Formats: sequence, C-alpha cells, structure tokens
Amino acid sequence: MSRLNLALLLLIGCLAALPLFGGAYALRLGTVACMYAILALSWNVVGGFAGYPSFATAAFFGFGAYTVGVLLNDGVSLALSIPIAFVASFVLATLLGAVLLRLRGHYFAIASLSLVEVLRELTNNATDLTGGGMGLNIPLAAGSGIMADATFFFFAMWGLLLATALMVIAVSASKLGFGLNCIRQNETAANMVGLNATLYKSIAFGLSACFVAAAGGIYAAWVHYIDPSDVFDVLYSVKPIVMALMGGLGSPLGVVSGAFIYLGLEEVVWRNYIQIHSGVLGVLIVMLLLFLPHGVISLRPGMFWRKAKHV
Amino acid sequence: MSESASEILRLDAVSRRFSGLQALRDVTFGINKGEVLGLIGPNGAGKTTLINTICGVTPANSGRILFLGQDITGIKTYQAARLGLSRTFQIVQPFAEFTALDNVAAAALFSQTGESLKSAREEARAHLAFVGLEAQAGQSAATLTLAMRKRLELAKALAMRPKLLFLDEVNAGLNSAEVERATSLIHRLAADGITIVMVEHLMKVVLNVCTRIVVLHNGMVIADGEPRDVIDNPAVVDAYLGQQYAKRNAARG
Repeated sequence: MSRLNLALLLLIGCLAALPLFGGAYALRLGTVACMYAILALSWNVVGGFAGYPSFATAAFFGFGAYTVGVLLNDGVSLALSIPIAFVASFVLATLLGAVLLRLRGHYFAIASLSLVEVLRELTNNATDLTGGGMGLNIPLAAGSGIMADATFFFFAMWGLLLATALMVIAVSASKLGFGLNCIRQNETAANMVGLNATLYKSIAFGLSACFVAAAGGIYAAWVHYIDPSDVFDVLYSVKPIVMALMGGLGSPLGVVSGAFIYLGLEEVVWRNYIQIHSGVLGVLIVMLLLFLPHGVISLRPGMFWRKAKHV
Repeated sequence: MSESASEILRLDAVSRRFSGLQALRDVTFGINKGEVLGLIGPNGAGKTTLINTICGVTPANSGRILFLGQDITGIKTYQAARLGLSRTFQIVQPFAEFTALDNVAAAALFSQTGESLKSAREEARAHLAFVGLEAQAGQSAATLTLAMRKRLELAKALAMRPKLLFLDEVNAGLNSAEVERATSLIHRLAADGITIVMVEHLMKVVLNVCTRIVVLHNGMVIADGEPRDVIDNPAVVDAYLGQQYAKRNAARG
C-alpha cells in the first residue's frame, strides 16, 4: 500500500477520536464531514479514475435516503435497510450506467444531471409511497438521548467512510482501477486491447453509487425528516466535485482532504460573513483552483520559495 | 464455400457506408495463415476503414466476415481483440500518462485470460525488449518520440498474442533508418508465423516484405495477387502507382 493511502487511513483513524473532545456541534460537523468525504470518494471512482464527470451523486443520495426512509417506516430495522439501499443502488446504477455511459464528456454530465431531476420528480409524484412534496417522517431509531444518538450516527457515518476508503484503495490497486485508468486516458485504445469498457464503466458507476446511497440512508435516519428538494438537492452532486478538484483529482487522500478543507472553509466563512458567505466561499474556491489546479495534494514544501535561476 | 483449411480470414461481399459515402463496396478476399498481405491504394480508398470494419470499430453494413471459420461480422472491438485480432493505429494511440511498460502491460492484461497485473508487466518487459524499447520502459508514453511510439504500438499489439496482426502505416513519418528498423521487425514477426496485413505507402517496403498484395480503390478491390504481377497491372498503375513509377520499374527490369 502506498504512503498516501496509509496517510488516508491514518487521517480517518484520527477522526474517530472526535467524540472524546467535541460536544454536539463537533459531532454534527464530524458526521457531515464524513458524509461529504464518502460522496467525494465515491465520485472519484467514476469522475477521477474513469474520467466521466458524473452529476448523479445527488440522485443516488436521495435514492438511498428514501429507500431507507420508506423501509424504516415499514418497520424494517436500520441495520437491514442500509444494506438493502446499498445493494439496490448498486444494481440500479450499474444498469443505468450501461446506458448512460455510452455518452461522453458534456453529454454524459447533462444526462447524469437529469437523472437527479427524474428521480426527484418520481419521488414527488409517488405520494403513496414517499409522501410526495410533504416529505417523509422517519421514526426515531434508538431514542436514547441526544448525545448517544449523535455519537451513534457519527460512528455509523465514520464506519461507512472507512469502508468507502478501503473500497477506493482496493479499486485503485486492482485490475479494475488499472482498466478505468486506461479508459480515462484513451477509451478507443482501451477497447482495442480487449478491455470491455462498457462493463468496467458500469461497475465503476455502480461502486460510485452504492456507498453514496448508504450515506443517504444514514442521513435520513439521522435527521428524521426528508423531502425531495432536500435529498435530491443538486448541491450533493456539485460539492463532492468541488471537493475532489480542491483536494486533487484521482487521489483518495487528496479527495478526503479536499472534503474536510471545503467544509472547514464553509464553516469559517459562514460564521464570519453571514450576509455574503456564498460569495466569499466562491471566491476562495476559484482562487484555490486557479493557483493549485492539481489540488491540495500537489502541495510540496519547495513550492513556497523560488530557487534562484541562471540569468 | 470457397474456404480452405489454411484460411485465417475471409471477407465475403463486405460493404460499409458512411451516410452518402460508400467506403467499402463488396470487398471479397481471403487471407491465408502465414501470409504477409500488403493492402495498398490511394488516400481515401478505404484501407483503414477495412481494418476498422474487421475489428468491429465500424461494423459492416452488409456482407460477412469469418475469422478462423467463426462469423465475426457484428463483433465488438474488445471481443475481436480477445480472439487474436490486433492492430496498430495509423495515428498512434498510447495511454499517454502511463509508462511504456504499463501501456504494453494493459494490452497483455486485458486481452489474455488469467493475467494478473504482475504477470502482465513481466510479459510487457519482454515485448518492449523485442521492439527495442527496454531502456524507455519507465518513461511515460507522452515523452517518447514518434518512432518510439510507433514501436510501442507494435509492442502493445504483440502483447495481445495476435493470430492476425494489422499494421496501419507503421512507417509513416519515420526516417529511412527508422523504416529499416521497423521493416526488420516485421520480417522477424513474419518468420515467427504471425499472419500480417500491412497498410503501407512505401512501395519499397511493400515489395520487400509482402508475399501478396491487395489494391483498394474507391472501396473496391481492383487487384489481388503476387506483388510483381500487381505492380504491372494497368489498373493499379492508373489508380495508384502512376505512369512514372511504372516506367522506372520497367527500366529497372
């Protein structure tokens, strides 16, 4: 295992100590951070490894949230409904991927974005099942006190983040990861050397969906109430991409760092510029991408002082 | 059927149309095992389209393609590759960020069953050595010269253990020393018993290497036979070689 991947596991390991130090606020922030790190890491499989800019993250996030929400309302336990959402979204995404991934570049981006809208409208209209625009109330899972609940959901999200990181590391070292790398660089040549590109891309799309859906499920159980405009929010698609770009496309450690840095910035900016916080955050992101196009992971100690050049 | 036992590929009235343009018109011929077939013709004659059609990149609109007796007309590109049809591209198609070694390893890994990344890299090293690129194994493909990239293409094609190898203008853009080197590589491959179809504009190389020549013009086969007979064929002289070449050739005897 490479040093960067070890550093990633170490970073995630350190995060587990958060409940020892922080209160309810820190736990909430930690849970959100883990959630976005899952989303960004998952996006990295299809966007970073295979080079297909998917905007479908929100679709699978919402799909998972509603699957778990509906199942919990039917009396299925949380421990069972999360795996169901996980498997169902993998199957759904792999099948959709086999169709959508025939498109490339901008066309694929638009098609994947429309997937979010389609699922949102379906949820809005399936009033009997999902409550439609009224949203869905989700029964309290444990109900053993606020802090115990917060700690439980933090560790649920943290465990899922760990699983996602292990999946991404395993993929990057495997034949699948090697193949996705080939597809990103030259899909024509990849096909020509005997690589079944459609199959590989579909599996990548499935893998990028199932952990997101599980995160959506945990989120639904955590906040107890979901509605279509909340969980099918296109920001769930956009933010992971920004995080991945900020951290360093393709690098698991970079992507997770990017997620944490983004959320840190968001909190700090939000607190200090309550009126214009999105504007300030936007400027900061543009600056980061302009001056660090390959992400935070490309930072090297030597970058801060210039070497004298021959004249 | 006009299929003989030693025939590796048979094209039966293969046609391909790109909307208004008939790129291939009832192309019919066979290729025997061990042959080095030269596919020549003027620009736009359909040489590359023919290769693309056989490999499944642009499937045939009509007609039939048999490879070792198996119908491969509607086959997918990656399936063709696994059957043992491999090719080099006229415009080289490397995985630019990968090292030369990983480029070749990818070809070995995905075209053969039961390969692991490790075993594919080991094989790749041998193929790189064969084309004389072992010193560049660790270099990224984007930094290689054109001649090296052409040889990298060849190494990739060889890593797929081809039964039938298409070489699409491997010599285009190379200087004469590089052409000589590439030609000797082709000779060695032919000696190893690989059936080769080469698209080539350098008649010197074609006559030097090929055992048979097929001439395409406007998507049709206008000549097919022994190299010496084909270059004296008036239709070929008119369509492709030109009177000057014919005269020079006649003068040389």
